[in-house]
Amino acid sequence: MRELLLRLWDSRIAVAAVILFAVGFVTLLLHRNLLKKIIGLNIMDTAAYLLLTSLGYIENRLSPIIRSGETDPALYVNPLPAGLVLTGIVVSVSVTAVMLALTVRLYQRYHSLNLDEIYAMAQKEHGV
Amino acid sequence: MAFVVNFPLFAVVLCLICSVVSSVLPGRAARRLSLSLCALVAIGAALLLWYGVRTGAATTYLMGHYPHPWGNELYFGILEPLLLCVFAIVMGLCLLGGRKHLSEDLEDGKHRLYYVMSDLVLSALIVLCCTNDLFTGYVFIEICTISSCGLLMIRQIGRTTLASIRYMIFSLIGSGLFLLGVILLYAITGHLLMPNLKEAIGALYESGSYRIVLLSAISLITVGLAIKSGLFPFHFWMPDTYGYATPASGGILSGIVSKGYIFFLLRVIFRVFGTNVFYRSGVSNVLYVFGAIGIVVGSISALREKDVFRMIAYSSAAQIGYIYMGISLSPHLGVLAALFHILTHAFTKPPLFLSSAQLADVSGSRKRGDWRGAGHKNRLAALTFSICAFSMIGIPLTMGFVSKYRFAAAAFERASLLVPTLIVLALSTILNGWYFMRVVIALYMPAAEADAPRAKPGDRGVYAVSAIVFICLNIICGVAAEPLVLLLERGLALL
Amino acid sequence: MKKTGFLERFRAWDEDRFDLTERTTGDLNRPMRPAPTDRTVSDEPVQRLAAGEMRAFSRIYPILAAILGVVLIAFLLMTVYDLPPFGAANVPADNEVPARYVRDGMAETGAVNVVAGVILDYRAFDTLGESHVLYTALTAVLILLLSLRDAEPEPDPEDVLMRRDGILTTTAALLVPIIVLFGIYVLLNGHLGPGGGFSGGAIIGAGLILYAIAFGFTRLERMLNLKSFRIICLVALCFYSVSKCYSFFCGANGLHTIFSPGTPGRILSAGLILPLNIAVGVVVACTMYGLYSIFQRGRI
Repeated sequence: MRELLLRLWDSRIAVAAVILFAVGFVTLLLHRNLLKKIIGLNIMDTAAYLLLTSLGYIENRLSPIIRSGETDPALYVNPLPAGLVLTGIVVSVSVTAVMLALTVRLYQRYHSLNLDEIYAMAQKEHGV
Repeated sequence: MAFVVNFPLFAVVLCLICSVVSSVLPGRAARRLSLSLCALVAIGAALLLWYGVRTGAATTYLMGHYPHPWGNELYFGILEPLLLCVFAIVMGLCLLGGRKHLSEDLEDGKHRLYYVMSDLVLSALIVLCCTNDLFTGYVFIEICTISSCGLLMIRQIGRTTLASIRYMIFSLIGSGLFLLGVILLYAITGHLLMPNLKEAIGALYESGSYRIVLLSAISLITVGLAIKSGLFPFHFWMPDTYGYATPASGGILSGIVSKGYIFFLLRVIFRVFGTNVFYRSGVSNVLYVFGAIGIVVGSISALREKDVFRMIAYSSAAQIGYIYMGISLSPHLGVLAALFHILTHAFTKPPLFLSSAQLADVSGSRKRGDWRGAGHKNRLAALTFSICAFSMIGIPLTMGFVSKYRFAAAAFERASLLVPTLIVLALSTILNGWYFMRVVIALYMPAAEADAPRAKPGDRGVYAVSAIVFICLNIICGVAAEPLVLLLERGLALL
Repeated sequence: MKKTGFLERFRAWDEDRFDLTERTTGDLNRPMRPAPTDRTVSDEPVQRLAAGEMRAFSRIYPILAAILGVVLIAFLLMTVYDLPPFGAANVPADNEVPARYVRDGMAETGAVNVVAGVILDYRAFDTLGESHVLYTALTAVLILLLSLRDAEPEPDPEDVLMRRDGILTTTAALLVPIIVLFGIYVLLNGHLGPGGGFSGGAIIGAGLILYAIAFGFTRLERMLNLKSFRIICLVALCFYSVSKCYSFFCGANGLHTIFSPGTPGRILSAGLILPLNIAVGVVVACTMYGLYSIFQRGRI
């Protein structure tokens, strides 16, 4: 048990990342409020990027900007995850913008942010 | 190296440029640009297919000066150009056949934006078919998600907006899981390109290290893509999404976008996990169960549905179940059946949506009860609907028969799953027959009121072209299925 | 509103008992334009449901969420337990891939900032997709929120209200030039230090948004309206696609490109990376401002 906890503490960033991922995932899937769904989406994506960033980090190494002209790979952290996260962040910003626009549109029409309520109203409106 | 291997790169860039250019063009010009783009991609893919068949080898195409594991790459053999060609053809025919409803459903100033989105969907599909890099796959999956949501939500009635947000939510859950899976794979292998990943995963599997991470990465990626393509427990977004979109979008989304995700999953299974690791991991058994349940549940839901569009959408959920069942049955015959069914569904579902829209116009309702005699008012649409319905049921001479036969053949390869597979196939054929024939019979009943108004000829011409091409494709591929199956088999060996 | 404890307020927040209709501005209450063909839908916003008409499932969700959350966390913690250790050298990710990026990156791409070299040269296809994701999202938002009615001649009431605020206008007048200048610096130095097209573009976009908040949209509109906006995106993205297509084509066919890495450390070096950074930065800045503008008033 002690060993298990120690090992989890050693990879505490990954632990935080997966817990946040699960929280975001559940919020996105099951919360009824659209704005909170969007918050959940952002938590989920950011948690994934946190995990990705932590993969590139290596203790006692420099950031991969070669000012000194020294190009020994053992001096710098892994540059690839940083690049991937940069790509990922832009993707999640775009997705958030689309979700927010959809939410605004639904709110303009149904005056509610509760997905169940909106669904019930849409059913009623179309006489299903 | 022949010049034709540059085609996927040019096609992707051309699609992206066309989508940007379309945003400043008037709607009509944007539509022509989009259609010619589809034609161009189809022709180029056909040439590439011919090249692949002639050389009998797959091509790895460098995107830049650096080979794997450093730079991006594309990889294509026979299957990739074949599916690309099919996707481009189906997309072009959908845009043609749904033209009348597009002009009705869209706001006047927003036509060009529709074609911006359709070009982006095409570019994302090309990349999903050809990429050799998992992270590039993720980026273009997101392009595909947003742009197909754009195709959906451009019809701005309340229900479509609601359907869009549900579609978006499930898609994002899927891509979140996929991303986490890719990150885990990167953590244990340090690679993102498929050949290196496959090598590293094979070595890890042999040595037995990182077993749990490997298993969870496989399941996260599989589940993520399964959610995005609408496998059973996550199919709830489908009826609204496909049912309330404008018919062209319904056809594109159900016919090719979900197939794009499935084909990407197939490539990941074959080129990243390796069939050896994937089929021994137990994930395939889970897929089999959900696929089989999905077939039955989808068919029963379709049976209970009165709205024809939603009925067809539920039938899509069942067809996705077939494809996943095939994939999980066996890496050879099962996947072959699944691939054939991908083609069947791509040639059958879009014309069903398009012809239903025409029939709904003449009968003035989306409910099957009001469709009595609608077949006499629009004969071509009724004929298309009937032939595609036969294909979905699996009546000989259509593609659906061949794919059902292939599924049964695949079941014999897996003796332990033979009985349940055959039971599911038989049950679903009966259910399919029941709910589709009900509509077909209603179409050809004598009309309730004699003096019902005939539909205006209007935009019938382009619809007729697309419907006839779809019917011909369906029958030709159904009658002469053997060369196609042979082609798929050769392609599968190269995957 | 009656005073309540923290827990009570949290529960109210969690159950959405706040009435949002009262707080929103007039613009949001505008009824949705009816779509041209949907004859069954009325123009008016739909009536709210009576209480209790739809609460059938609302009790299940928290339980479901808790179960699903716990299962997922347990599953992922097991995975994490098996992951390579954090911060150590010689983990699987620390292999020949980053080694080559660091060792040869400067010579092969000319970028001092290796991350810029990775995303704009080694793995440029990802970034090409990424800038088009932004464009896709912007188009999707335009589809949803662009109002096609003619632009109102008088300025928005909120603009007038905010323009009177002395603190905001003075601070903005001081800050906006600095922000934009800093953004341009970050943008142009992407290959030499931390920064690049995305970060620089986001900073410039923030500056533009601050300007629009403080001084209203009317002045910005002379420079940035929907038409100029589309042309800027068109030029930047087409330049990006065409130049990258050229370099991919050359790479795949073993040809030599006309772009050379130059002398690392100079501002005019690193081949295509600087122009690509500028193109990306322009697209990002425009998209950020464009999104704000559409969300704020339904047009750019």
